[in-house]
Amino acid sequence: MANPLRDPADLRLPRVAGPSAVVLFGVTGDLARKKIMPAIYDLANRGLLPPGFAIVGFARREWADEDFAQEVHDAVRSHARTPFREEVWQQLSQGIRFVAGDLNDPSAFDRLKHTLHEVDRARGTLGNHAFYLSIPPGLFPIVIKQIKESGLAQRPEHGWRRVVIEKPFGQDLRSAQELDSVLSEVFSPDEIFRIDHYLGKETVQNILAVRFANEMFEPLWNSNYIDNVQITQAEDIGIGGRAGYYDGIGAARDVIQNHLLQLMALTAMEEPLNFDPEHVRQEKEKLLASVQVPADIGAHTARGQYSPGWQGGVPVCGYLEEEGIPADSQTETFAAIRLMIDNRRWAGVPFYLRTGKRLGRRVTEVAVIFKKAPHLPFGRDFVMDSADNALVFRIQPDEGMTLRFGSKVPGSAAMEVRDVTMDFQYGDSFVDASPEAYERLILDVLLGDPPLFPGEQEVDLSWRILDPILAQWTEQGQPPGYASGGWGPSEAYAMIARDGRIWRRP
Amino acid sequence: MIRLHDISGGDIAGAISSERHRMGSPTTGMVLTLLIMSNESHQADATQSAVDSAREHPMRILTMVPRPGGDADVIDADIAVGGDDGPGEVAVVRLRGARATHANSVVIPLLLPDTPIVAWWPAHAPESVAKDPIGLHAQRRITDTAMADDPREELLIRARNYIPGDTDLAWTRLTPWRTVLAAMLDRHVSPVESAQIGVGKNNPSGVLLASWLKLCLNVEVTLSDSAGPGITDVVMTTAEGDLSLSRIDGAVASLSAPGVPDSTVALARRSSAELLAEELRRLTPDAVYGRTLAGVENVPATNGD
Repeated sequence: MANPLRDPADLRLPRVAGPSAVVLFGVTGDLARKKIMPAIYDLANRGLLPPGFAIVGFARREWADEDFAQEVHDAVRSHARTPFREEVWQQLSQGIRFVAGDLNDPSAFDRLKHTLHEVDRARGTLGNHAFYLSIPPGLFPIVIKQIKESGLAQRPEHGWRRVVIEKPFGQDLRSAQELDSVLSEVFSPDEIFRIDHYLGKETVQNILAVRFANEMFEPLWNSNYIDNVQITQAEDIGIGGRAGYYDGIGAARDVIQNHLLQLMALTAMEEPLNFDPEHVRQEKEKLLASVQVPADIGAHTARGQYSPGWQGGVPVCGYLEEEGIPADSQTETFAAIRLMIDNRRWAGVPFYLRTGKRLGRRVTEVAVIFKKAPHLPFGRDFVMDSADNALVFRIQPDEGMTLRFGSKVPGSAAMEVRDVTMDFQYGDSFVDASPEAYERLILDVLLGDPPLFPGEQEVDLSWRILDPILAQWTEQGQPPGYASGGWGPSEAYAMIARDGRIWRRP
Repeated sequence: MIRLHDISGGDIAGAISSERHRMGSPTTGMVLTLLIMSNESHQADATQSAVDSAREHPMRILTMVPRPGGDADVIDADIAVGGDDGPGEVAVVRLRGARATHANSVVIPLLLPDTPIVAWWPAHAPESVAKDPIGLHAQRRITDTAMADDPREELLIRARNYIPGDTDLAWTRLTPWRTVLAAMLDRHVSPVESAQIGVGKNNPSGVLLASWLKLCLNVEVTLSDSAGPGITDVVMTTAEGDLSLSRIDGAVASLSAPGVPDSTVALARRSSAELLAEELRRLTPDAVYGRTLAGVENVPATNGD
């Protein structure tokens, strides 16, 4: 029976997650402490978690419930977005449990099962359990096997089971399919949530709103007016303490495979039939399927590895000197590729995707760069000091949009045109409304609302694009070095110069 | 802050604009104009609440304070733009003497072009806010029946004159309660047979909650006086047993329901700035409020009335 207090017209009432317990594997990791735990608190603070809620930590630590609660408390204190409120913490802390054990030990999973029964009764979580695997992908098979064999994956009559995994979704097409077969043996597709924390749902919806809720952009959104599209994700930091994860994975697998290809799909896809998850996914799949990998991979891709240098006035070490990285590592920390899309809308418009660590600044953006005006009627006194028109979706920091166009310099005697920008920042117009990506992601998992999580098919299509490029790179051996604190290796500049274009400085 | 004496509405607009230029940020991302219609005793608190919520909704805040009587027929204004107080622009305009009744002509040149207008009466509001000259500009009109001497009578006045786009802070205050109550019924499927609400004396939110529950559940809802603050408890009776939510300290509520352990849930009373920020999040008419308000006349008085 429908809840009589819920009315679709009642827009004030937020959707609150139903009673549920989150089982967190990998509680000592950075991600759990800096992102997942604070996001759960922020959700509670915003009143979006139900009274019947529990967090069950699982790790190889000799901790009691209180010790784990203290860990969560410290993580929340240092990293939560919203202010700390004692009453909210009290509500949350009542549902915190810890299970000590090894992932290989079946009896630990029996204890986990026992603990979940206990919280179902004591906290009223009603048998709804989400398993959050915040652990290296290599450990997924063993955890999934244990979950299955201990009977934890068995759905109660009225409850649900969900599993959350983080990117990377495999290392290539083959391993992605293996991972999927491990997962789908135990969970059905609608129970598997693939989270890419780079790609918040807000961002996705913001892009879709600009494209499909307005009349003034879509008519220009094709090869008649657009010259090229540059999608950039840059980090100013190195790999930090993530050597174990990063080495052997590299920039293309870490960022391009999901994040940049998803941004590309959202920027370039056709309008979905409607915003049902299934239809949005169909359009993204169609777009990814029409992507053309360059025939001459050497000419249209570039990679690099950061060398020692100076960044913002601070000396920094090179990738090979990072702790835990083998001195002969061939992992790339910068990757740039050119992709073409074989359809009527985009024929001839290159999409340049680049990502790297230790670049000039931390930024993620999609820059749509327009063609030059076909004719300039200004005559002899005309001074053109203007680049091409551009529409930029800034993803982070300062999420928003910039429109760049030429304007006359006031007062100058000559007809002098210079670039100006019109800026829109979400932070200016809707300050409080931007929840951290993880909050949306976790709430969607608890609500069972998967619209914008990539499906298995999209993951496979992305690997089909990357696999041939990665194979060629492997043959090329050591990636060229690039100076930390700049915008990547000279190969990247050469690659785009071959097309007669330049990279935008983000 | 800049103090201007004996000026017109156009002068105020000019002063705000030149202040912006002086600070080097002539263009701004203002999303709306908020008109506050207040008397002298409420204007400071109301303006401050608006300034606080301007962090979420950057806006131009115009507080109009009619000061009839006195010798001089002049308009004075205090203007503040940007700075530590937040991103908004604020003008507190005093309309002295015979100018007191001409707020509307002062406001017109000050309205930001092509952005929504919201009007707020923090204390006393005209009978029909939608037909008031200031209210006519606004697509959303905010009143606060809790400030009236007889809140229940005030709700009936609002109901008689309701036009979509009207809203009231007594309704806004209910959102966290309604959220938790709806979440409770997500878990319990057996029908509610009756409901009881305990609420501090003279609190219009209790009456609105009763009307809303009656409307949604189609059952008898009784109201009784409690020591407050605000709403203190709600009990929904079902065949399985009582679902109850009670909050005696204005901050944390305890929740009990058949078949599940008791628990607590944060349910703190909110500041005017938070309430205003919620109101400004959506500027389309609140149909649920309209229906709830219309049902107020069917809500029986409390046993204390």
